[in-house]
Amino acid sequence: MPLALLIMGALGYLLDVTLLRSLFGQNQVAIVILTISLGFVIRFVAGAIWGHEPLNLQSPLALGDVRIGGAVISLADVAVIIVTVLLTIFLWQFFQRTKLGLAMQASSQNQMAAYYMGIPVKRVQGAVWALSAIVACIAGILYASKGAVDVSAGFIGIKAFAAAVIGGFGSLPGALIGGLIVGVIEPFASRYLPSGYSQLAPYTILILVLIFRPHGLFAQVRTKKV
Amino acid sequence: MRFHFKTSYDHDIRLFPDWWTFLVYGALLLVMVALPFLMDSFFLSEVTNVLIWAVAGLGLMLLTGTTGQVSLGHSAFMALGCYTCALLMNAGMSFIPAFILSGVITGLVGALIAVPVLRLHGVYLAIATLALAIITADIIVILRPWTGGVNGMFAPEIFIFGLEINRWVNPEYWYYMTLAIVVIITLIYVNLLRSPLGRAFAAVRDSEVSAQAMGIDVARTKTIAFGLSCGITGLAGALMGFFAGAFNNETFTFLLAIQLLMMIVVGGMGFIHGAFLGAIVIAFLPQGMSLVTDAVPALNVPGLEFGAFGAILIFFIVFEPMGLYGRWLKIRTWFELFPFARRDMFRRQKSYLKTERVR
Repeated sequence: MPLALLIMGALGYLLDVTLLRSLFGQNQVAIVILTISLGFVIRFVAGAIWGHEPLNLQSPLALGDVRIGGAVISLADVAVIIVTVLLTIFLWQFFQRTKLGLAMQASSQNQMAAYYMGIPVKRVQGAVWALSAIVACIAGILYASKGAVDVSAGFIGIKAFAAAVIGGFGSLPGALIGGLIVGVIEPFASRYLPSGYSQLAPYTILILVLIFRPHGLFAQVRTKKV
Repeated sequence: MRFHFKTSYDHDIRLFPDWWTFLVYGALLLVMVALPFLMDSFFLSEVTNVLIWAVAGLGLMLLTGTTGQVSLGHSAFMALGCYTCALLMNAGMSFIPAFILSGVITGLVGALIAVPVLRLHGVYLAIATLALAIITADIIVILRPWTGGVNGMFAPEIFIFGLEINRWVNPEYWYYMTLAIVVIITLIYVNLLRSPLGRAFAAVRDSEVSAQAMGIDVARTKTIAFGLSCGITGLAGALMGFFAGAFNNETFTFLLAIQLLMMIVVGGMGFIHGAFLGAIVIAFLPQGMSLVTDAVPALNVPGLEFGAFGAILIFFIVFEPMGLYGRWLKIRTWFELFPFARRDMFRRQKSYLKTERVR
């Protein structure tokens, strides 16, 4: 598993160096389209190598249950919860305390100003890609330990995006709360609403949040005062 | 090299800058009109397919190329246009009013959706619209009484002034109908670009701040662009659904939206020609792919088509962001200016990421 994380981190950095850096300074639209098409190519390569059938992860966590009070929780779920909390705390501290984390925040807010402050923006961007690849890799491993994965598991990222918007971009606690909301709403919706509506619930909430709090529940945007 | 000596202000906004361009486009139109006499019905239906893709591409080009708002949700509006048109016709309307009304309704719905969605920028806008495209399939299933859900719908027969237009019986009528729609929409598009609204679109694309400083209501402009773009895309969806003859919740998936985006990127972002060039590429790519896999059977792996889509997109974005038409423009300029063409004539200004976050 550490090897997988390392490889993913290296892959993220490599992608940045080879492809994304050549778009540096271009319109954001280009970067959006590039990453989406990268997703297609990677999904195709993964499908060609491992096939399109769902695969199981032989995880030591997939066995056994824990009893807390009356509730039975599988060990895998406990592991997911613990890892998520630890990861959130780690990332939060990383972005608040370390030099690299602050540099990442700075270059996300204003590339030009960050560059003037002596931050090697391009290299920091590579580091961001590596970090995000590692975090996504952890999420993928946890997801796989809860069940099977197949090549199109990546489309869960769209729901993750909904979570991030609901919470507010750039806010880690916001992402956690948003993820909780999105994760909880769907089973509840499928329990209390007629069938077929449950997939719509996260997106309905997304649109409601966009209308009433366009910057998310934990908004970090304030109007600039001159 | 042709020189344009401008002697009146009209020269700046003329549709055709000189006689030569007028003749070229006139000749092109003549060839298109004569096409049914030159081709058999199989190729004719392929060309019809290209034209339908071109309409969809024009719709997305208006939003992404001209106004600079990337959308991955246009398959949703194609579905809306298609189902609206079919339902109106089942309710007893004839084709022409139903077709026009479906475009209008799709445009209005698009403008309504645009109000919350266009508060997002760049990546976020793209994925929010992608979410829209994904839930469309679910919504079609939920609205089973109208849409037929998973079983889908059959397109009603088209009659224009008592003339039956059937793809299998008289493909050349289908072709002429599509050609007429394409020409009308292209003319509307070109004229829109000359109008104050079209200039406002381009201003919003190039810099929202400067557009606002020039007195343009950015939110209103974006909403109008989204509405118009959705309207045109809805018409394309109606054409595509009726051309296929039957459609269900899987006809208009989000993959279609991504194909649309690929089409305008490959064709050339921001150029009307780009929509047509991209349509040619996208319509003939499956045939090209099957030729390749026939020649090299080892390449025949499932999902190859989307892998190739992605690879082509990456290639164009990295090496030729202006697309096929941009490449053509560069080559033409090089020949026209022969010894004087310079490499950075087409260089664009770099823009650096800046967000409003404070913490």
